[in-house]
Amino acid sequence: MLVAIASIGLLLVLLIQILHTTGKLAAGFSNWRPILYAYLLWSVALGISQVMVRGERGLRALFLLPAILFTVAVVIFPTLFGFYIASLDWNLSSLEGPHFNGLNNLIALFSDTYYWNALGNMVFYTMAVLAEYAIAFGLALLLNADIRARRFFRVVFLLPMMLSPVAVSWMIGKSLMEYRFGPAATLARALGWDNPAFFAHPWIARVSIDAMDAWVSIPFIMIILLAGLQAMPKEVLEAAKVDGANGWQSFWHVTFPITLPVSITVLIIRIIFKLKLADIVINVTAGGPGGATDTVSSFIYRVYRDRSNVGYGTGLAIFYLLLIIVFLTVLLRISSRWMQKAV
Amino acid sequence: MPIFTSAASVPARKRQAARRAKRTASRVLIYSALVFWAFICLFPIYWTVSTSFKSAVDVTQGHLIPWLDFRPDWKGWRSLGLSPDMLFQSSPSRDEFLSRFENSVITSVGASFLALVLGSLAAYGLSRFRYKFAWMRNDDILFFFMSQLILPPVVLALPFLVLYKALALLDTRFGLILLYTLTVLPIVIWIMRDQFNAIPVELDEAAFVDGLSIWGAFLRIIMPLALPGMAAAFILSLVLCWNEYFFAALLTSTDATTLPVMVASQTGSQGINWWSMAALSTAAIAPLVLVGIFLERYIVSGLTTGAGK
Repeated sequence: MLVAIASIGLLLVLLIQILHTTGKLAAGFSNWRPILYAYLLWSVALGISQVMVRGERGLRALFLLPAILFTVAVVIFPTLFGFYIASLDWNLSSLEGPHFNGLNNLIALFSDTYYWNALGNMVFYTMAVLAEYAIAFGLALLLNADIRARRFFRVVFLLPMMLSPVAVSWMIGKSLMEYRFGPAATLARALGWDNPAFFAHPWIARVSIDAMDAWVSIPFIMIILLAGLQAMPKEVLEAAKVDGANGWQSFWHVTFPITLPVSITVLIIRIIFKLKLADIVINVTAGGPGGATDTVSSFIYRVYRDRSNVGYGTGLAIFYLLLIIVFLTVLLRISSRWMQKAV
Repeated sequence: MPIFTSAASVPARKRQAARRAKRTASRVLIYSALVFWAFICLFPIYWTVSTSFKSAVDVTQGHLIPWLDFRPDWKGWRSLGLSPDMLFQSSPSRDEFLSRFENSVITSVGASFLALVLGSLAAYGLSRFRYKFAWMRNDDILFFFMSQLILPPVVLALPFLVLYKALALLDTRFGLILLYTLTVLPIVIWIMRDQFNAIPVELDEAAFVDGLSIWGAFLRIIMPLALPGMAAAFILSLVLCWNEYFFAALLTSTDATTLPVMVASQTGSQGINWWSMAALSTAAIAPLVLVGIFLERYIVSGLTTGAGK
């Protein structure tokens, strides 16, 4: 009953506002904010009615309802709205408003070499996760070894993760690796690299960008692997030692297989985050030289910033989302099958 | 007699010495690797902090050690209006910095708090009750929340730009709080569900016997027990929100700009001096470096309950 009244209220406000913006009705609000309040009221009404109608079970539903209503309003609706925008030819800087152009954005996307170039770079960045993983595993083994001042080293190794990628872009990208007098460039000169330009050659630039991202994110992988190592039963390693395995063998045949599930979890999480990489690229190279370091996110950011092309930018983003979903589904399938085989 | 014993133990002693040498070698290797990586982690931070006290000559000549190499000076901090002699004078750049700082604090604390409330409730529900929304069971609902993680920010950024314009939420802190809440909510739910799963159900049942309702049991009995986990989730969210740049760069322009946006805009401008840039970076990372040093335990426990299962 209450829901019915609240729903009618919400629809009424929505209707008035739509009519108002399309110019059919004089009365209305100056912006769409009231819709937000109406949605909030409707949510409260929904919650109350759940309790009144379903009693105990309604009270239980009340735990989950806020998060779901929030997610629907802030994720599901905007994403669907994104699909709609993606089908528009909408440039915020041009005077004419949006107009429908169907699948034209999708067609344009296929001949956009910069976009495909950025996708290609993403393949490189994603592969680089394996290198990060190898280093992080080494560090986790070090921290798990019998050492003094373990807490000190753990805090120090964790610190890079706390820093904002934007600050890191300046600290490392713009000053440490600065061509003329950055310490990293000085060191490279001393080591015999005459021309230490970290961001001029495409491959070197890509590796430099990824090195910064790795610096920030290796601690995350390391901490989780360390937890996996510490959860490992001690007897297993001792048994391996009794059997006469040396350090390398016992790592390869005991430690690594036992921590494999943790490794796969952390690799997948890390890949998910890697696919969002943007901040460092935007701030250090802005995609250069010639798009060599572009990620999809930083490319779309520039499509919007430089050309204000909302319709096309959203189209690119949605296509990227679909690619990610396909890629991750395949990855999860393969990894779960692989795990079953390993067990 | 002594001749015999020494003859017998020479190979044994040799073996022992070899083993000890090998052990020392591996010790040395381990500690040098540790120190090497500690250097890699700390040097950029040290470089930034020390550069904020340098003058132009010291920067170009690559001086590194204060008092030995160069004379520290409040130069960088003066340009931010935060040096001791500037503290009591008015300074527009300090006002700007402080307003950005305030925005960062309010948005990240607000979003983490909102995510903690929404996420804890949902996680408790998912860990204790069986739900059925249409075809979705508990696991499907959890997957629904977790799947938000794979959504790259670019997909939401432009729709949000358009929506926020219509809702008059562009360049407001509240708008940013909503978005940040959304980005950390899956992580909070994941951590908190593990936390609640670790608390025995018998406690809830005992509370019901004592006449508490479901909500009473949650608020009075379970929530206090889950506080350490909540602290971990809160601090982790705080780190993520404080460092967020992408949405802030697109959705704020003057009023609600956060610190990362300010740092980025200064990075882009050409004439900016290294020392003031270094001072700004130092000020921007300092709060989280302190969090990292003193609350490391919570961050580690948050991360490991999240992913270690």
